[in-house]
Amino acid sequence: MDVTILARWQFAITTVYHFFFVPLSIGLSLLVAIMQTVYFRSGNETYKRMTKFWGKLLLINFAIGVATGIVQEFQFGMNWAEYSRFVGDIFGAPLAIEALMAFFLESTFLGLWLFGWNKLSKGVHLACIWMVAIGSTISSFWILVANSFMHQPVGYVIRNGRAEMESFGALIANGHVWVQWPHTMMAAICTAAFFVLGISAYHLRRPLSEAGHDMFRRSFQIGAIAAVIGVVGVILAGHAQAQYMIQVQPMKMAAAEAIWETEDPAPMSLFTIASTPEQRDLFVIKVPGLLSFLAYNRFEGAVPGIKDLQAEAEATYGPGNYTPNVFLAYWTFRAMVGAGFAMLGLAVVALYSVLRNRITSSTAFLWLLIPAIGLPYLANATGWIFTEMGRQPWIVYGVMLTSEGVSATVGVGYVLMSLIGFTLVYLGLIAATVFLMLKYARQVPGEEPQPSKQPSLRPAPAGD
Amino acid sequence: MDLNILWFILVAVLFIGFFILEGFDYGVGILLPIMGKTDTERRVVINTVGPVWDGNEVWVLTAGGAIFAAFPHWYATLFSGFYLALFLMLVALIIRAVAFEYRSKAEDPKWRAWWDRGIVFGSLIPAILWGVALGNMLRGVPIDADMHYVGTFFDLLNPYAIIGGLTSLSMFLLHGAIFLNLKTSGELSERALHLTRRIGPVTTVMVAIFIVSTYLMTDSFSRLGVNPGPIPIASLGALFAAAYFVHIGRLGWAFLMTSVNIGLSVITIFMALFPRVMVSSLDPAWSLTIYNASSSPKTLTIMSIVALIFIPIVLAYQTWTYWVFRHRISIESELTY
Repeated sequence: MDVTILARWQFAITTVYHFFFVPLSIGLSLLVAIMQTVYFRSGNETYKRMTKFWGKLLLINFAIGVATGIVQEFQFGMNWAEYSRFVGDIFGAPLAIEALMAFFLESTFLGLWLFGWNKLSKGVHLACIWMVAIGSTISSFWILVANSFMHQPVGYVIRNGRAEMESFGALIANGHVWVQWPHTMMAAICTAAFFVLGISAYHLRRPLSEAGHDMFRRSFQIGAIAAVIGVVGVILAGHAQAQYMIQVQPMKMAAAEAIWETEDPAPMSLFTIASTPEQRDLFVIKVPGLLSFLAYNRFEGAVPGIKDLQAEAEATYGPGNYTPNVFLAYWTFRAMVGAGFAMLGLAVVALYSVLRNRITSSTAFLWLLIPAIGLPYLANATGWIFTEMGRQPWIVYGVMLTSEGVSATVGVGYVLMSLIGFTLVYLGLIAATVFLMLKYARQVPGEEPQPSKQPSLRPAPAGD
Repeated sequence: MDLNILWFILVAVLFIGFFILEGFDYGVGILLPIMGKTDTERRVVINTVGPVWDGNEVWVLTAGGAIFAAFPHWYATLFSGFYLALFLMLVALIIRAVAFEYRSKAEDPKWRAWWDRGIVFGSLIPAILWGVALGNMLRGVPIDADMHYVGTFFDLLNPYAIIGGLTSLSMFLLHGAIFLNLKTSGELSERALHLTRRIGPVTTVMVAIFIVSTYLMTDSFSRLGVNPGPIPIASLGALFAAAYFVHIGRLGWAFLMTSVNIGLSVITIFMALFPRVMVSSLDPAWSLTIYNASSSPKTLTIMSIVALIFIPIVLAYQTWTYWVFRHRISIESELTY
């Protein structure tokens, strides 16, 4: 097997797995911070219980997110050494800044928050969870600054046989950052919102103590508001991003829509079965002019097709295959967008039921919200697979091919071994995470008769 | 002083911070089954590092990021070259991180026993591998003219590097045992003192062996970048001072001395390397240095500004964290983990 393929699989598995947990950490730390702020200002004990309940799930999630993040910091050097040499002058800086500004902040203050309930004043303790939320948000910014360079390299010159930084400001001002980061942040809020909605719905559909009901009703309210903000935000940001991508990475968007020929006005495919090797459609349902409209906000304008873009790339970069995997791009894009619109529908209904004060009136809807926890996860994973696969064959768009970035001296056996190793360890850990999540998500605080089996001299602390 | 030298020093500072802080975390993790006879005792042991281990670990992530930003070739050669060793270390760190957080979240004794093994494994492997890695960096590894590591995993397991691994292990064990004595009370604290007295002499002997074998088995001292002079001896001296303070029952001072021991050891290694960052055993001219492995002056300038602002801030809030959690923990304490 080819080292590049294995290294890509390893990157895909470790990163998608890592990002399975990251959005919830970002979004939920923000929601928990809001809950604790309400508790701080009102003194309402319900919000304290909410803070502790959701905080515990946040911690379970945070631990695995942090643990799987360790690999990310070193993986570029392990498998992508030539890439690291070529772009390190630019790419290393945001990673180091992320560690200095964000990792220290979130890790240190998460420890303070978790262990500081009775050791810190209420205000300082509240500040700690805000630091965690701010830290994880800063972290997402810097990593996307780095990632955006791979999609739209700016602020660099090729000098001394590598890409060297010409302008740090250009790196931050990169238009790609400012469409991708809002999209990702809103996706994180969606993830946390549907997590809170789904688990609250799970509890609200059965009889609860008054305290328990109150707690999950209020959680549901916060979840519903956050869901609407998050989904509307993610769709608007995604729309802006798609329009932007047609300008800077037209090939990615052509693959997302599986349009082989340039068309004006361009129709949008709702459902395509295509023969990818022959680059032609076998069966397709199209809405005329819609793609032009989505691209340019008017029902005309040429959207470049794959064949033209491939010819253009060959003219610029020489012979080669510059077309990403169209099947994967087309379907991951649809899965992401489909999940997004399903979330929009659910979020609107959820908010409506909150405004009409009828949260518990439909058990079916509450039931539906439980599996809906999975929708943002589906959208997050397919969205990233789409955006990174759509960049291929480039590791840095238009500058360096993925096959040129892989480590020159790492053998197939090593990569295969670490690939299998990480995958197995990760599978074990996800089982443990899901087990704990289910255990703690089911417990209603204050209702679980929980005599610890361990002979502890004091009762176990209720919160953490 | 140029920026390349500044960044070499900053990377050394990050490693000093990392080894002093994470050093006792490793020691505590490895000593977990010896220290904790009952589940509650084990929880006390874990809770001594509970609030801080995660923040401590970030020092190495930052060191990794800093090496990437300031010396991309060092980052690329080191981590692709030490591939399997790094893989093992990452697996250990991943398991350890999750183990701390998950262990006490379910009551089943088997669940807890497995995570306890994870904590021991996850602390033991890095404690040894760091010494192995630093030993190899001092000794030199096969690096060709294109900065590529051309050895295998087994080239890393030479006698000198293994002595390095056992030395770092013994240093972290001692550091951790003293930390446990300071952070626990009653019987646990006594047990930690007892362990300190047994580990101390071993550590002293190991450090002495490592210094001697560095003279005999590497050419570090014959072609030094900067002669560390009495620093390695002072590092050993700090261990004797630690022994003295343990003897008179001043464990706080002993902890300071093991911290000094770790700090001076890192300084010695970095001074011996200077201005090289990866020594080639094939041809001295092929070594990576702070000049041929570095980023552009522009990147180094930007990173210097960021680091000089944020490292002091990080030090300030982490110091405050240790102040907040300065009290001893006992089996009667409220246990979070």
